[in-house]
Order: sequence, then C-alpha cells, then structure tokens
Amino acid sequence: MKQLLVIISMFFFGMVAAQSKYEGAMAKGLEQLQAVKSADDMGATAAFFERVADAEKDKWLPYYYAAYANHLTGWMNPKADKDKVAEKSKDLIAKAEVLEQNNSEIFCLRQMVAIQQMTVDPMARWQTYGAEANNALESATRADPNNPRIYYLNGQTLMNTPEAFGGGKAVAKKLFEKAVELYKTFTPASSFHPGWGKEDAEKLLAACQ
Amino acid sequence: MKKLTILLIIILTAGWVNAQTRISGSVKDNRGHIMAGASIAVKGSYDGGVSDSAGYFTFKTFEKGEQIIIVANVGYKPAEQIVMIDKDIAGLVFGLKEEINELKAVTVTAGSFEAGDKKRAATVLSSLDVVTTGGANADISTVVKTLPGAQQVGEQEGLFVRGGAGYETKQFIDGTLVNNPYFSSVPDLAQRGRFSPFLFKGTVFSTGGYSALYGQALSSALILESVDIPVRSEASASLSPIFLGAGLQKVNKEKKSSWGINYGYTNLAVYFSLVPQLVDYFTVPAYHAADANFRVKTKKGGILKYYTTFSANQLGIRRPNIDDPTLKNAFGLKNTNWYQNLSWRENLGQGWKMNLGLSFSTDHNDITNQIQNQQNFPVYTGPSWIDSTNFNLITRGDLSQVKAVFDKRLSGISVLRFGGEYQYSYNKTIYNQYAAVLPDHFKAVFSEADLYITNALAAKLGVRFEHSSLINKTNLAPRLSLAYKTGKGAQMSIAFGIFYQKPENNYLFTTTNFGYAKATHYIINYIKNTSLQTFRVEAFYKKYSGLVKTFPAYTNDGTGYAKGVELYWRDKKTIQGLDYWVSYSYLDTKRDYLNYPNQLTPNFAAKHTSSLVVKRFVPSWNTGFNFTYSYATGRPYYNLVKNGSKYDIADRGTTIDYHSLGFSMNYLLSLGKAYAVVVASVTNMFNSNQVFGYNYSYDGLRKEAITPAAPRFYFIGVFLSWGVDRRQDAINNNL
Repeated sequence: MKQLLVIISMFFFGMVAAQSKYEGAMAKGLEQLQAVKSADDMGATAAFFERVADAEKDKWLPYYYAAYANHLTGWMNPKADKDKVAEKSKDLIAKAEVLEQNNSEIFCLRQMVAIQQMTVDPMARWQTYGAEANNALESATRADPNNPRIYYLNGQTLMNTPEAFGGGKAVAKKLFEKAVELYKTFTPASSFHPGWGKEDAEKLLAACQ
Repeated sequence: MKKLTILLIIILTAGWVNAQTRISGSVKDNRGHIMAGASIAVKGSYDGGVSDSAGYFTFKTFEKGEQIIIVANVGYKPAEQIVMIDKDIAGLVFGLKEEINELKAVTVTAGSFEAGDKKRAATVLSSLDVVTTGGANADISTVVKTLPGAQQVGEQEGLFVRGGAGYETKQFIDGTLVNNPYFSSVPDLAQRGRFSPFLFKGTVFSTGGYSALYGQALSSALILESVDIPVRSEASASLSPIFLGAGLQKVNKEKKSSWGINYGYTNLAVYFSLVPQLVDYFTVPAYHAADANFRVKTKKGGILKYYTTFSANQLGIRRPNIDDPTLKNAFGLKNTNWYQNLSWRENLGQGWKMNLGLSFSTDHNDITNQIQNQQNFPVYTGPSWIDSTNFNLITRGDLSQVKAVFDKRLSGISVLRFGGEYQYSYNKTIYNQYAAVLPDHFKAVFSEADLYITNALAAKLGVRFEHSSLINKTNLAPRLSLAYKTGKGAQMSIAFGIFYQKPENNYLFTTTNFGYAKATHYIINYIKNTSLQTFRVEAFYKKYSGLVKTFPAYTNDGTGYAKGVELYWRDKKTIQGLDYWVSYSYLDTKRDYLNYPNQLTPNFAAKHTSSLVVKRFVPSWNTGFNFTYSYATGRPYYNLVKNGSKYDIADRGTTIDYHSLGFSMNYLLSLGKAYAVVVASVTNMFNSNQVFGYNYSYDGLRKEAITPAAPRFYFIGVFLSWGVDRRQDAINNNL
C-alpha cells in the first residue's frame, strides 16, 4: 500500500516537475534577458527561448521572447545586418502567431521589427516599412487598445520622426503620457506574459518635457 | 521503507551528479566557411547552444541515450545528426546547406539597373531619388542620364544609350510599350517625359542584354512598374509661377482598392517675362494634363490597375533663318495625347501567375514651319532650299496592344515564363496636303526561363519571335545571361542577346521595303552590393547590322559597333546622412547609317561621360540639398554635303566639353493640416556654355551652335498634401 502511495506520489511529482520544467525554463530565460550584457548574450537568450519553444510546440510565449531577444540583437550589435536579423525575427513571430492569433503583443513586435528594417535606409524605406509598422500598431490597437506598449512604441517612433512628417516631441509626449497611465493599471496575464516598457516610457516622457 | 528512501536518494543524486553531459563541435557552411550564430539543440529538449565567432559550440545537457542534435540558421537548411549520449561528446561537425531563396540568390543583372524595392539589395533609384536629384526637375529620363551608359544629349529628348540613337531606347509601363513617352519633338530642344515619377514603384534601366519579354528596342529598355494600392488617401495641390495642379487619391478602408484623379496646368508666360530666353516664343508653351486611375486587389492576391492620361499642349518658336539672317523661321506645334493602360496581375494557383496588359494611345500633332520676314509676316523668297522649309504637317499615331505573360514556378525558385503580344499601330501623316498611312500588325511570342542551379549560379535563357506585317519580315532573337555569386553580395554576370528593331516611321513612309536593324550585345559585369553601398563595373561590345541607309538608296545596309566600359558607385554609408553616386562611361562607337559616307562616330556619342549626384538631408532644418554635376567630352559634328553620287564631309569638328551643375533644395514643413514641400532648383549653376552640335546653312558657309533655349532654368514651387486618412488623428483622439 505504502509502495503504491509512493509510486503515485512519484508520478504526481513527475508531472509537477514537468510543469515546472517549462516554468523553470521561462523564469531562467527571463532572468537571462534581464542580465544580458552583450549582443552575444542576447543572441544566446534568443536561442534558448527558441529551443524551449521548439520543444514545447504549443506555447507562444517562448517564441515571442525568442523573437523579442533576437530583434534586440539587431540594436545591440551595431554591425548586425538588420535585414537578416529581421528575417529571423519575422520567422519566429510567424511561429508565435500560429499558436496565438490576433494578439496585441505580437503585433507590437511586428511594429518593432518593421521599424528596425526602416532604419537601414529611412529615406528610401519609410514608405514600405513605415506603413508596415503603422499597420501592425493598428492591428495591435484593435486586438487590445489598453496595451501600453502600443503607445510607448508609437511614441518612440514619432519622437524620432521629423516634425515635418508629423513627428516630434510634442506628439510623442501625449503618447508616452497615455502609455505611462496604462502601465499603472496594466497587469500581465501571468508572470511570463510581456510586461516590459514601463521604465523606458517614463524615461522618454521625461525626455519630452 | 528505509531501503526505498535510500534507493530514491541514490537514484536522484546519481541522476544529478551524472545528469549533465558536455557536447561540443563546430558549424560550417557547405563551402567550408565558419558559421557563427547557428543554433544547436538536442531535439525536443531545452538544451543547446549557439556557435561562436569561430564556429564552435559547447553546451551541457541532461538528455541521455539516443538523441538528435539539430543545427539551424536563417537562410540555411537545418542539419541533423543522431548521437548516443552516454558520455561527453566532442568534435561534432555540421555543414549547413544554403536554402535557395529569392532574396539571397544571384540575380541576372548584366546590363540592367534595377530600381525600386523589388530586390532590396539591388535598389538603385526610387521615385524619391528622381525628385531629389539636383537639376533634374523630377524628370525620370534626366535622372536616368546620371547612370552609366546614357549620354548627355540636350538637343533632343530620349535616352541615347551606348552608341544608340534616342529612338533605339523604348519605354514600357507594366510590360506594354509606350508610344510617345515624351512631349512632341521641337527642333534642337529636348522635351520632358510625360509621366510623373510618383506613378512608379520601380524603374529598371536596362542598357543592354535585356529579357526576351521586350523587343523592338535596339539599345535599351526603360521598364517602369506602376505603384499598387497607395499607402493612404491624400489630397494634393501644387503651386508655382509655372504651373498649378490639384489631385485626389482615395484608398478604401480595407486598403483593397483605390482611385485617383489629377489635373495640372503649365504655362511659361510669367516665367519667360522674368527670365529672358534666347529664342522668341510667339506661342508661349502651355500644357493641360489630366489623369485618372483605379486599382483593385483581387481575392487571390492579384491586382488590377488602370491608368489614363490626357494632355494638350502648344508652343511656337521663332528663330533666325540660318540661310538668310534677314528672315526668320517660325515653328509652331499643337499636340494632344491620350494614353491608357490596363494591367492585371493574378495568381492562378499551383505555381502559375499571369500578367495581362492592354494599352491604347493616340497622339495628334499639328506642326507648321513658316519663313517670315522681320515683321513676322510669311514670305516667299525664291531659293527652293529656303522656301521648301515652309510646311504644314499633321500627324496621328495610334497604338493598341495586348500582351500576356504566364509564369510557372518550377522546382525551387526557378521560373518558366512565356507569352505573346499583339500591337496594332496606325500612323497617318498629311504633309502639305499629301497624305500617307502606315498600318502595322505586329505580333511576337516569347519564352524565357530563370534557372537557379544553385544559390550561387543562375541562368536566364530566352527567345523571342516577331513578325511585322508592314515590312512583312520575321525575326528570331535569342537572349542568354548567366550570373555567378562570387561572395557575399558580390556577383559576376555575362549576357548575350540579339535585338531587332523595325525602321522608324519617317523612313517607312518612303518605302516599306526594309528589314530589321539588328544589334548583337555582349556584356560582362561585376557588382558588389550591401544595403547602403553599390559598386558596379560593366564592359560591353555591340555589333550593328541592318541599320537604315538613306543614300544612295533606302536600304538596310548600315553597319556599326559600340564598345565601352562603365563604372558606378553609390554610397549612403560612409558619411552619415549623405547619399551620393558617381558614374562614368567610356564609349567607342562608329556607325555607317543614313547618309554617312562611311563609319563615323555619330553626333550623339561622347567618348567620356561622367556624373556625380550628391544628396544631403539635414533633419534639424527639415531641408534637403541636392547637387548633380555632369560632364561629357565634346561630341563630333559633321556637315555632310552631296557631291554628285556621294556625300562628302564638307566640314567636321568636335563640340566643346559639356559641363552642368544642377542644384535643388526641398524644405519640408507643416502648413495647417497640410504637409508641404517647398522646392527650389536651378540648372547649370555655373552658367557653363553648352553646345550640343552645329546647324549648317545650305551653302555650308555658315554654322550655328545648337544651345539650350536659356542658359539656366529656375524653378520654385510648393507641393501640398493632406492625408485624408485620419488614422494618426484617431490614435491621438483616443488619448
């Protein structure tokens, strides 16, 4: 009887272990993401999330973070071929979208990738990639208008857009204010869901004053 | 119980102690080059690593037993190896094969300049480039002249490419031929193109060796691809002392369809009163131009596009008569032109695509030339060589055409393409009451294959078969190009092709007993491309036969050759915010055609031509500054005089070198709800003396330089646009 109990409890223990294996990996990955010091670290983090995602097969969050981290390598490494980085990011985003449709956070990621590609040659590319970025934010707003990252990202883009093209600090300021307000009430669906951007939004809002 | 606990502890600790096995190795591509950044994973687990800058990887794993190690990288096919994990594994070697994909594969580029976003890396000129090229006044052909291969010809419109005359370059919009791409010719003054650069998303300037889809262009093809659905709805207006314009472009909510209309009126009266001209305009140039378009996306991802433009213009120029300085030559022109183009691009499924083009254009000219006295009254003087220059010419040129191209995707990204075209052209002239008509049914079928043998080697094989009813002749034109990738972003290409063109109408009105003129092109080039820099060098040899001779009889006995080397360098990288390109063309060409007594360098060919285009946008001033400097060595000129049964060169020479520095600036601002661009520009800033050639009097005793109508052209204007799409406002209103 006792043995049976042990076996049963071991069985449950095993399940709990399996559950927490994913959670442990996510926690470890997010920790790594916080601790990143170089583009190589960021690349390793992206690869880690991708491995978790490929192994799990049915979870979009690791693909989301894989794309997010991969995207950031493009900014951290000044020599990176941004088009190549974006190609990989889009590949990962597409995998996330298969598992999670119409998600505001994923659309936000699409905007970030499009902006990164635009910066390669803004004068020549804003018509294509600028439109792609705008469309992504429109979709993100439709999916969840209370996602603070929409306003943070839009503000960031407009802050770097010349006033003559409808950008500038004054326009960006309103968006950062909105973002900061939404961050106050925003709670991620779980500790693994995206929640980033609050400090950056506050910093950029201060820069707009 | 105790035993069991001990056992558990042993199993667990043993598990932990022995859990991690170290796996290491290296990753290379199929050419043996080190690959950094590849990701390595034990399939189905979280364990893995990334290859470092030396291509090495090492990681620890808890997994045991038979496992699959998978290595992946963007643009490569993943590689797998089955390993037995019972102890540390070292020295695993992975070789990844490149995936053939459109972005990475070589493109067949010999002879062609791709412009637009179609091939990211090959982008050379965009519509923005056209409008921000100093001194070009937003004229597509003027900007194309800053690319290697084209001559700086200022006395006639058209692109004179690699020793070819202007009419040997043809323009195509969405695949179909454009009959009158420029405003009607005026003696010794080049005219602008009819089409705005903003109509096009991509421009391919092919200086030779181009695809079998295009024919009847001996030298060059300018292939223009119109924009699809615009990004947003917009109303626009333009104001300048020279012209006024207004337009509306509406995009539906789903961005699936759009329509637009534009109207513009150009009148140079105010301008001429401010800036004196060297010629006397008795009818000031005035142009009405209206256009309309609609575009619809189809369900299967195709698009249907329609564009039409109508223009009416007139001008009259009076210049001294070269034979008798007491007389004047008064040239008057009225032109109306209607052009329409319908194209349909569709995915037919299972790798099939279709491109269908229909176009119709009709062009009417009423041209008079009159000998006048100093009081501007018509006079008859007696000498036939003067009086015979009095004429009235009415022309009508219609072109209707249909073209269909089918694409079938073969394995990988290889494509087989085939199709046909039919053109019906109808040309009528009434010269001093003598009427003549030239109808032509022109048919062509063509087939072409783009074969990607590997990512590094591609071939384009094509053939074209044509028949013109007017001259009742057929031809068969093979085309071949090969491209080989020599390194990252670098490739070599070679091209060979035979090109045919039927004689121009002014010769066909005399006799239709002609064959095709023929040019054989051989091209080799090397390109190195990154997203912000392009280097290109190209050498070519062309052989002409069948060129039109007008003396001693109208025949196809003309011959010629052209050879040269061209360089191009564009750089947006070295200096932040500065975009510049340099081009250089060396040309050696001779031809025996028309009434030439033997092979001569034609008067439109300069030996050395070079351009430097510099653009700088200063964000803090919201202003862009653009300079274009063009240089060409002098061109030959001849006075050919009939002497009994032959033509003699009674006089010859070389014009002075050509210099031109154009400048433009564009200042961006918001005016109320409108975005505005103020544009100011001037051509030939240094007031260089420009001579394009000489005209001779009948007796050959007087010669006069052919020069521009004014040393400089100034422009100032403001372009306003209102985004009807209130998306940005909508977001702001949510705040």
